[in-house]
Amino acid sequence: MQKIGVFVCWCGSNIAGTVDVAAVVEAVKKIPDVAYAVDYKYMCSEEGQKLIKDAVVEYGLDRLVVCSCSPRMHEATFRKCAESIGINPYMVEIANIREQCSWVLKDVAVATEKAIQLAKAAIAKVRFNDPLHPGQSQVVKRALVIGGGIAGIQTALDIADAGYKVDILEKEPTIGGKMAQIDKTFPTLDCSACILTPKMVDAACHENITIHTYSELEAVSGYVGNFDVTIRKKARSVKAEICSGCGICTEKCPARKTPSEFDEGLRNRGAIYIPFAQAIPKVPVIDREACLKFKTGKCGVCSIVCPNKAIDYTQEDELITEKYGAIVLATGFELIDLDKYGELGYGRSKNVITSMQLERLTNAAGPTEGHLVCPATGKEPKSVVIVSCVGSRDTTERGKTYCSKVCCMYNAKHAMYIREKYPNVDVTVFYIDVRTPGKGFDEFQRRAVEEYGVHYVRGQVGKVLSDKDGNLTVFASDLNSGKHLMLNPDLVVLACAVKPAKDARKLASMLTASIDTNDFYVEAHPKLRPVESPTAGIFLSGMCQGPKDIPETVSQAGAAAAKVIGLLAKDKLMTNPCTAKCNEKICSGCLTCTKVCPYGAISGVEKEVITLNGTREKRVVAVVNEALCQGCGACTVACPSASMDLQGFTNKQILAEVDALC
Amino acid sequence: MQKIAELMQAKAIELLESGKAEKVLAWRAGEFFYDNAPAAFSNVDACKEIVYNEFCPANLAKYLIEATKQQKKTAVFLKPCDTYGVNQLLKDNRIKREYFYAVGTPCSGMLDEKKMKALGAKAILAVTCEGDKIIVETAYGTKEFAKEDVLLDKCIMCKGNKYKIADEELGEKLETPKFTGDKFAAVKAIEAMPEEERFAFWQAELSKCIRCNACRDICPACSCEQCIFDNQDAPVAGKAAADDVEEQLFHLIRAYHVAGRCVGCGECARVCPQGVKLGLLNLKFIKDINEFYGAYQAGADATTPSPLVSYKDNDPEAEEALQRRG
Repeated sequence: MQKIGVFVCWCGSNIAGTVDVAAVVEAVKKIPDVAYAVDYKYMCSEEGQKLIKDAVVEYGLDRLVVCSCSPRMHEATFRKCAESIGINPYMVEIANIREQCSWVLKDVAVATEKAIQLAKAAIAKVRFNDPLHPGQSQVVKRALVIGGGIAGIQTALDIADAGYKVDILEKEPTIGGKMAQIDKTFPTLDCSACILTPKMVDAACHENITIHTYSELEAVSGYVGNFDVTIRKKARSVKAEICSGCGICTEKCPARKTPSEFDEGLRNRGAIYIPFAQAIPKVPVIDREACLKFKTGKCGVCSIVCPNKAIDYTQEDELITEKYGAIVLATGFELIDLDKYGELGYGRSKNVITSMQLERLTNAAGPTEGHLVCPATGKEPKSVVIVSCVGSRDTTERGKTYCSKVCCMYNAKHAMYIREKYPNVDVTVFYIDVRTPGKGFDEFQRRAVEEYGVHYVRGQVGKVLSDKDGNLTVFASDLNSGKHLMLNPDLVVLACAVKPAKDARKLASMLTASIDTNDFYVEAHPKLRPVESPTAGIFLSGMCQGPKDIPETVSQAGAAAAKVIGLLAKDKLMTNPCTAKCNEKICSGCLTCTKVCPYGAISGVEKEVITLNGTREKRVVAVVNEALCQGCGACTVACPSASMDLQGFTNKQILAEVDALC
Repeated sequence: MQKIAELMQAKAIELLESGKAEKVLAWRAGEFFYDNAPAAFSNVDACKEIVYNEFCPANLAKYLIEATKQQKKTAVFLKPCDTYGVNQLLKDNRIKREYFYAVGTPCSGMLDEKKMKALGAKAILAVTCEGDKIIVETAYGTKEFAKEDVLLDKCIMCKGNKYKIADEELGEKLETPKFTGDKFAAVKAIEAMPEEERFAFWQAELSKCIRCNACRDICPACSCEQCIFDNQDAPVAGKAAADDVEEQLFHLIRAYHVAGRCVGCGECARVCPQGVKLGLLNLKFIKDINEFYGAYQAGADATTPSPLVSYKDNDPEAEEALQRRG
């Protein structure tokens, strides 16, 4: 006979305030095989755990049900408690009577009834629990950081400083990311490049860091501690090892029709180019789509002018394979497309620009060497209108529902340094709300208004019209005065919403990392595990997890690094014993399971099996690699013959729970 | 068709004598000329019993599972539509290519004697086809039907005369019934029903079932070592048996299990002694799969993975899929 102990926690008044815990105890005592049941104020406390241990000894309990909070909170606590008294930790079941009961119900009678039901379900399940034993796996002491912006660089530096090898994977020809494009950073207005480039150099020189630029993730397999990664190093068409980075090729290249990505299309670059002066590595890359040599076979100027003969038109993509213990996603952000915001005139008038373009226009290394001019006329503007929340906090289909978080501060920054450099230029910022929480942030925005005389108008811009001479008219409303406004600025700056990088979704499916409806990576817990993905061994750094500014990004980068270091510091990991198991007797070898397994943990193997008749037969059956299996259960539902079962969550256990409920 | 039967007999003898096959799967006459049954021939002398006419609808593909288990090279006569089932069994690793020799067997559409009877042909003695005309000799005289009126249901939406897998083809390809209508018209009509009516329709349809398992046993996609409904240890089996909606659960679960693997051969509906419109359930799944993931024909080859078990970047999200469904 089984001896089940049921322990009902009050969680102070969290549970006991809504659930009659004594009634739950009385109800479960009547269930056969329940040898002991008790309630206690804080079951997770040392006293509570002692109560469990004493009961195990006194009543000879062999399986435990704890009615308490979510298993995400204290399952591990009670499993350890059971183990300490000689019970296999997987003989413990948690009935969540807090998050799924007392917190969501108000009526005591209803909540108590539900708590009893949940307890009954857990008791029904625990009857079929079997002792399970975790295995062990090795940890590869090397991390991969995907994305070479400030988030990726900082994470890599912190991991490398702790003594572990790190590889940075960057899809662009250089590391640096969006921060390299920015002119100045709020709230201190220090030059972005001045604080970023030393970090880029640190990363490049660090003995523990390897940088793969112009590279993409080709394939990933494996699991926490043991990822097998293939990286596609795209052909630069330049031999990096002999190129001196002199840049003569980039100057002489005759194909100059491609808008520079780095300068946000404000000027053109050659087909062979180095994105910016401080690029790392300072090795040019040939854009084969734009290159005349690749398109027509004629040209070859770069090869002729190169003093080191470093140009190699025949170079091919290179595939690198490497093993990693941890992977950090630091894929950053981009700005939304403005196609759906035709009324704001972007694309129709060159004098309607994005904030990122303004960064390039005010940057000393930008296309105008920092001289603020209207792109259409080349003249200095007399007045500038900045439009906030273009696509942010927009509940219509075309925009993003979230606040992009950084715009209010950079709008103040832009307004401020336009007024600083060109005191005669009138600057008006249209806003819904000004949101500037953060150290020194609100003071910064107030300075823009109070010291620099920037006009802040509460209201949205409805339309920006451009007449045939290119003159702009801004139609807006001032919500505070209730007036309609018509302004004629020379330059309109659109603070458009940020969104995750295009590849985020693809990477998410390659890495089985979760994403939300906006394609931001989802953290394992929004408060308590903010830098970990729910997939073990995958960590999150920077904007790819949600809008954040540079200080926050750097903090999160450090936090992600700390988590990675914590993982890499371990020599061995305990593997989860709740893995899939194939009943080879009835497996037909259709291998549907292998196709739905997100971890590549199942393979078809031809082997001799014992059939249902007891005879031996050679046939293909599914075999689970327990080290790779993460226990998601996808195979168990895809298997038509129910040959696949998930240990710890067997079909029998789950149906027993369901039966107990209905 | 008589000519084809002779070709088949000769081919069977040749394959057995040459050692190319240890066994030949074909059809043998039943009590009547219109109830031919699948049969295995391993003796050269017995091969003269091989018959072939417009009443050989059974797909022999599934018998290859046993052949593979016995590791006996088996020759099998396959009508064009039967080849889809063979490919699906190959894809599901239930049969092995090295153990069978596929002989493409021409077909111009199988006939349904039940339809003839329903149209008044009692005591059928012989049936001859003259193009689109079917001449039926009965004990009470001769009757003539249009072919399309007495075609077997599964042959109305014929997939054509191409073999999707064959080591050799017997004789010349025949012209197959042409279907120009909407394959999914019946499914659409059910989809258009109000919810209660649709529920009532399926209740009425599925409660005809007597759980003889014929649909499952004939199905080339239902090829598990042990069906979940026969597995006492599988908790769902007990559930399905304990409930008065057992047969409904059985058919719904079966439809899910063969979704993406159902080749649309229509054998389930053909063999159902209760005339349950089983093909409709499968057609609904096929229609959904086509709409969500693009046109897909299970069994068209032995390698393309089913859209339900393969992930593509452009697969629709659940919300989008629901919208498409309308």
